[in-house]
Amino acid sequence: MSAEAPRPTATPTRVAPIQTAVDILDTLPGGTVVLSKVEYLLNWSRAASLWPLTFGLACCAIEMMAAWAGRFDLDRMGVIPRATPRQADCMIVAGRCTIKMAPIVRRLWEQMPEPKYVISMGSCATCGGPFYYDNYSILKGIDQVVPVDVYVPGCPPRPEALIEGLLKLQEKIKVEPFLRRAVPA
Amino acid sequence: MLNMGPQHPSTHGVLRLVVTLDGENIVDVVPDIGYLHSSVEKMMEYRTYLQNVALTDRGMDYLTALANEEGYLLAVERVGRIEVPPRARYLRTIMLELQRLSSHLVWLGTWGIDLGATTVFLYCFRERERILDLFEQATGGRLHHVYFRPGGVYEDLPDGWTDRVLAFCDEFVARVDEYHELLTGNPIFLARVQGVGVLPRDRAIAMGACGPVARASGVDFDVRRAFPYEAYGELAFDVPVFQEGDCFARYRVRMEEMRQSVRIIQQAIAKLPAGEIRAKVQVNVKLPRGEAYARTESPRGDLGVYLVSEGGDMPYRVKIRAPSFSNLYALTEMMRGWKVADVIAILGSVDIVLSDVDR
Repeated sequence: MSAEAPRPTATPTRVAPIQTAVDILDTLPGGTVVLSKVEYLLNWSRAASLWPLTFGLACCAIEMMAAWAGRFDLDRMGVIPRATPRQADCMIVAGRCTIKMAPIVRRLWEQMPEPKYVISMGSCATCGGPFYYDNYSILKGIDQVVPVDVYVPGCPPRPEALIEGLLKLQEKIKVEPFLRRAVPA
Repeated sequence: MLNMGPQHPSTHGVLRLVVTLDGENIVDVVPDIGYLHSSVEKMMEYRTYLQNVALTDRGMDYLTALANEEGYLLAVERVGRIEVPPRARYLRTIMLELQRLSSHLVWLGTWGIDLGATTVFLYCFRERERILDLFEQATGGRLHHVYFRPGGVYEDLPDGWTDRVLAFCDEFVARVDEYHELLTGNPIFLARVQGVGVLPRDRAIAMGACGPVARASGVDFDVRRAFPYEAYGELAFDVPVFQEGDCFARYRVRMEEMRQSVRIIQQAIAKLPAGEIRAKVQVNVKLPRGEAYARTESPRGDLGVYLVSEGGDMPYRVKIRAPSFSNLYALTEMMRGWKVADVIAILGSVDIVLSDVDR
């Protein structure tokens, strides 16, 4: 007998549906019923329709607007701008925040319903940026007044960077123990 | 009493307007500013002339970074008696006019959203991205460029850049017609802006209005023509002036300015001389003792920078005369007597950038 290629295994390795789907979904026999955790489904839907409060303060707001305009089109990720904190899931603080503005940022954050997230867009919102030294009016980072989930670096960050930040926030939301979370006092 | 802002979708930044109402009629409007005060004038005293260029981009009017650099560097060059080479002067002129286009496009798009015309916003930002691409190729930045340097510009143009700009200019003229179709041909838009927010000529002068706001009220004045800087003296352009003083006139002034900017860019590229792009000055420029006031026409109006040097590499004092600041005070005049629904239309037509107001 001449040398022949090794025979392929009789049955290809069966990939469990739990791995083909996002490691969580499982179909019962017949394929019409899906098993999942309620928490996963809730997190999945929350992450896929993230409605941010457009909180444009300075230059970064222009790049934030550009991210919603034609070329970058944030709407395709379910990220739709809201103008009121009551309808928003997360807050994008875009630009430098003055000490005069800080109480208002805090109040808007408090007005948002739980669960809520904050994206700090740009160097100024993150740490004061170019206004760190010799400056009497700019807050050295928005995290002094509100808790920040994602920091987007840049001066100003490109719209791609903001999209990356939102995707990071979506990742964070997807693995969150949403139903078991501690309710903040 | 009605409190509008500082967080409001239509304030274009963080402005608080305290509006006193009688029913629906506006009795008085008091703007409350300072929510974006970045103390940039003070910071400039602790930075070298070169470092301050980056600060003018961010601390002043962020939509017109290059116009700020121009105003500041004009003052630096006057104190230091630095002669800018011709090629750098033309490059600066081209960049300034491209900046005017991109700034007016943001104004038109956001004003369109305020008045309920979302399509205009998408159209304007489509063209704006093209301009930002051109900026990126030449200066490396989308919004903050730090392209102008004491005595010239940072780098020469990349290959084929002027052809791309000319191709864009040809296309852009047709786009302006498209915006006219979308807005001027829209009866709802006309009903909201025509005859609304009238600023008479004498009040415009008394309140110190400048730029497109003053030109819409019949003040025939443009710094580019009255006190030419860079290459404006050698280029032909018209200054659009309208007599009505309403929101519609301010809109038409800016639309016409966009056409004129395209004209200036085309002429400047045709005349673009070869040669040096930067005068022979050291990078960390040191200025002699002296003071100068430089006046430029930023997209928002008359931008002045007063610079005092005590010698050395840092300024002693920089005072910025911001165009949005004086236009903001003309706003009170425009709004008085109108309905509360007109507040947004009038505010948007003035094209205020709060970073410019507060500095």
